[in-house]
Amino acid sequence: MDQVPIGLNHYLMLSGVLFTVGIFGVLTRRNAIAVLMSTELMFNAANIALVAFSRFVTPAALTGQIVAMFTIIVAAAEATVALAIVLLIYRSFKGINVDRINFMKW
Amino acid sequence: MLQNAWIIPALPLAATVLIIFGTHRNRAVSSGISIAAIVSGFIYAVAILFNVLHDHGPHEFYFKWLDFGSWHLQIGLLIDPLTAVMLLVVTIVSSCVQIYSLGYMHGDPRFSRYFAYISLFSFSMLGLVLSNNFAMIFIFWELVGLTSYLLIGFWFEKKSASDAGKKAFITTRAGDLGFIVGILITLYACGTLNFGEVFTKIETGVFAGGLLTAAGIFLFCGAVGKSAQFPLHVWLPDAMEGPTPVSALIHAATMVAAGVYLVARILTIYIASESAGMVVAVIGITTSFMAASIGLVQNDIKRVLAYSTVSQLGYMIMALGLGAYTAGTFHLMTHAFFKALLFLAAGSVIHAVHTNDMQEMGGLGKKMKITALTMFIASFSIAGIFPLSGFWSKDEIVASTSGHPIFMVLTLMVAFMTAFYMFRLCFLTFTGGPRDQHKFDHAHESPKTMTVPLMVLAFLAIFAGWVGIPWLSHGFSSFVYHGEPHHAAFHFDIAGISLFVGLSGIGLAYLMYYKGTISPDKVAARFRPLYTLLYNKYYFDEIYDAIFVQPLYAICDFWFWFDQHIIDGLVNGAATLTLWWSIAKNWFDVYIIDGAVNGAGYTIRGTGSILRFAQTGRLQNYALIIFAGVILIWFLR
Repeated sequence: MDQVPIGLNHYLMLSGVLFTVGIFGVLTRRNAIAVLMSTELMFNAANIALVAFSRFVTPAALTGQIVAMFTIIVAAAEATVALAIVLLIYRSFKGINVDRINFMKW
Repeated sequence: MLQNAWIIPALPLAATVLIIFGTHRNRAVSSGISIAAIVSGFIYAVAILFNVLHDHGPHEFYFKWLDFGSWHLQIGLLIDPLTAVMLLVVTIVSSCVQIYSLGYMHGDPRFSRYFAYISLFSFSMLGLVLSNNFAMIFIFWELVGLTSYLLIGFWFEKKSASDAGKKAFITTRAGDLGFIVGILITLYACGTLNFGEVFTKIETGVFAGGLLTAAGIFLFCGAVGKSAQFPLHVWLPDAMEGPTPVSALIHAATMVAAGVYLVARILTIYIASESAGMVVAVIGITTSFMAASIGLVQNDIKRVLAYSTVSQLGYMIMALGLGAYTAGTFHLMTHAFFKALLFLAAGSVIHAVHTNDMQEMGGLGKKMKITALTMFIASFSIAGIFPLSGFWSKDEIVASTSGHPIFMVLTLMVAFMTAFYMFRLCFLTFTGGPRDQHKFDHAHESPKTMTVPLMVLAFLAIFAGWVGIPWLSHGFSSFVYHGEPHHAAFHFDIAGISLFVGLSGIGLAYLMYYKGTISPDKVAARFRPLYTLLYNKYYFDEIYDAIFVQPLYAICDFWFWFDQHIIDGLVNGAATLTLWWSIAKNWFDVYIIDGAVNGAGYTIRGTGSILRFAQTGRLQNYALIIFAGVILIWFLR
C-alpha cells in the first residue's frame, strides 16, 4: 500500500471535520454544556489549522503555534466565564436547556 | 433781609405740606398752621415794605436753574415797590380770609383740605408777585389757576360747582395759550426771559416793531384769561360756586388781580408799543362797561359782586393800557381791600340766610349790624365817595383818561353804574321789610371770627387809599411808579364830576330800592329788550356754547364715531385676520407638520414590528444565521 505522507491537506481536512462536528453540535444540542463542548471542538479545529499552516507554509517561524497557545488560554478563560453563566442559568431556570432561554428578544 | 423774601411764599407751602401729610385729621391744628404761616408772612412783608421804602430798588436775587447753552432759566426774586405792595395786599387779604373761614367753613367735612388749598394758593400768589422772569411767573400763574380750580370745585358734590371749576380752568387756559406764545416771542426776540434784561432790550431798541406789539398782545391774552377780561370773562361769575371766602380771596382780591399785576409788571412793553397799549385799554374799558351793565340787573348777591369785580379789573387794565401805572396799581390795591370786604360781608349774609338771591333778603340790617355797616362802607368806597379809599384811586383812573374823551365818558358811566348796582345790592339786602319772613327769622349776626376780619378790612377800605392823597406828599405815586414819579395834579373838576356821578348813582338806587319812588319793575318793563339782554348777560354763555362748545361736541362725536368704527374696525379687522391666519396655520400644523412627524414615527414602528420577528431570542438560531451568513459571504465573494 502506497505510503502517502501526511500533508497540509490532511490536517486541514481534520480541522474541517472537527469544525463541522462542532458547528453541528452548537446548532443541534439542547444541553448548554454540550454546546460549550462543541465550541471547544471548533476552537481546536482552528488550532489545528493554525499549527498546520505554520508548519507547512512558514516552517521557520513559530507564529501559528504561538497563536494556538494564546487561543487555548483564551478558550480556557472563555470556558470559565461560560460555565459560570451556565451555572446561573441553571439556578434561574432549574435546567440548562438552551431552547428555554429565549427571553432575550422583543 | 430782602434776599430771604422767599420765606414768605415758603411758609404757606410748608403749611400745605404739613396739613396734607400730617395734621389733616386735626381741624384746629390744620387751620392754626395755615393762619400762622400767612400771618408770619404778613409780618415779613411789612418788614420788606419798610426796607423797600428806604431803597426802591429794584432788588434782584437769582440763581441759574436750567442752562440751555446760550441762554438759561432763572429762579429768582424781584423786589421793587410794586412787589412790596402786592406782598402786603396778598398777605393781609389772605390772613383776613383765612380767619374769616374759621367761622364760615365751620363744620365743613373737608375743613383741613380747605386750609391746605388756601395755603397752596397763598404760596402760588406770593411766588407770582416775587418772580423775576417770565418762565417763573408762568409756573406760578398756572399754580394759582390750579388752586382756583380746586377751590371753585371745592363742593364738588354740586354739579354746578364742579362744572364751574372746569369752566374756569379751561377758559383761563385759552388765555394762557396766548401767554405762552407771548413768552416764546419774547424769548425769540431777546434771548432771555428776565424782566430787567427784556426791558433793557426794549429801551435800546433791539426788541421793537411788530414783534414787540405781537408779544405785548399775546402776553396780554394771559391777563385777559386770568383777570376775566372780555371776551374770556365768562368764567368769573360761575366761579362764585366756590366757598365765599375763596371768592373774596381768589376771585376778587388777588388771583384775578394777577392779570393786572402782569400788565403792570411788563408795562414797558405797552408804553413802547402804543398799539398794544391801545388794545389793552380798549379791552379794559369794554370789559368794564359790559360787566357793569350786567351787574345792574343780577339778583344773585355774589354774581353782582363778581360782575363788579370784572368791571373794576377792566378799569385797572384800561388805566394801565393808557400808561397810567400808578393809577392802575393803586386801584388794584384799594380794590383788593374793599372788594374782599364786600365778598366777606356778602358771605356773612349768605351764612345767615342760606340763599344767594337778594330778592329773598331784605331788612337784614337790623339783625346784622356789623355786616351791614361794613358792607355800606365798602359800597361807599367802591362808589368813589370822598374820603374813602375808592375815591382816591378811582379819581386817578378817571384822571388817566383825560386825554381820551371817549374813555372818560365810558369810565364815568361805569362809575355811575357801579354806584347804582352796589347800592341796589345794599338796599335790597339790608333795608326795607323782609321779603322772606322764614329766612329773616333765622338770620343772625355772624360769629367773631367772621366779623373781626370784616372790621379790619373796613378799616382798610376807608384808609388804605389815603396813602395816595395828593396833599400827603404823593405817598403812593412817589413809591410805586414807572420811569419817573408822576404826580397827577388833583383836578377838582374831575374829582367833582366823578363824585357827582357816584352820588347820583347812589341817589337813583335810593329812589328805586329804598323809597320806591321809581318802580324797578316798571323800568324793567319799559326797557324790556335791554333788560332781558342784560339779565341774560348779553347771551355770552349761549353764544360761546353755540360757537365753541357745541361744535366741539360735534367734532368729538365725529371722532368718537371715527374711533368706534374706523380705528376699532382696523384693530378688530386685524384681530379677525390674525384669527383666520391662525386657524389656517393650526390646520397646517396639525395635518402637515404633525402628520410628517407622526408619519415618520409610524413608518419606523411598522418596519420595526416586521423586523422584530427576526429576533427569536434563541441562541442557536443566531448561530445558524451567523454560519449561514459566512457561507453566503463565501459564495458571494
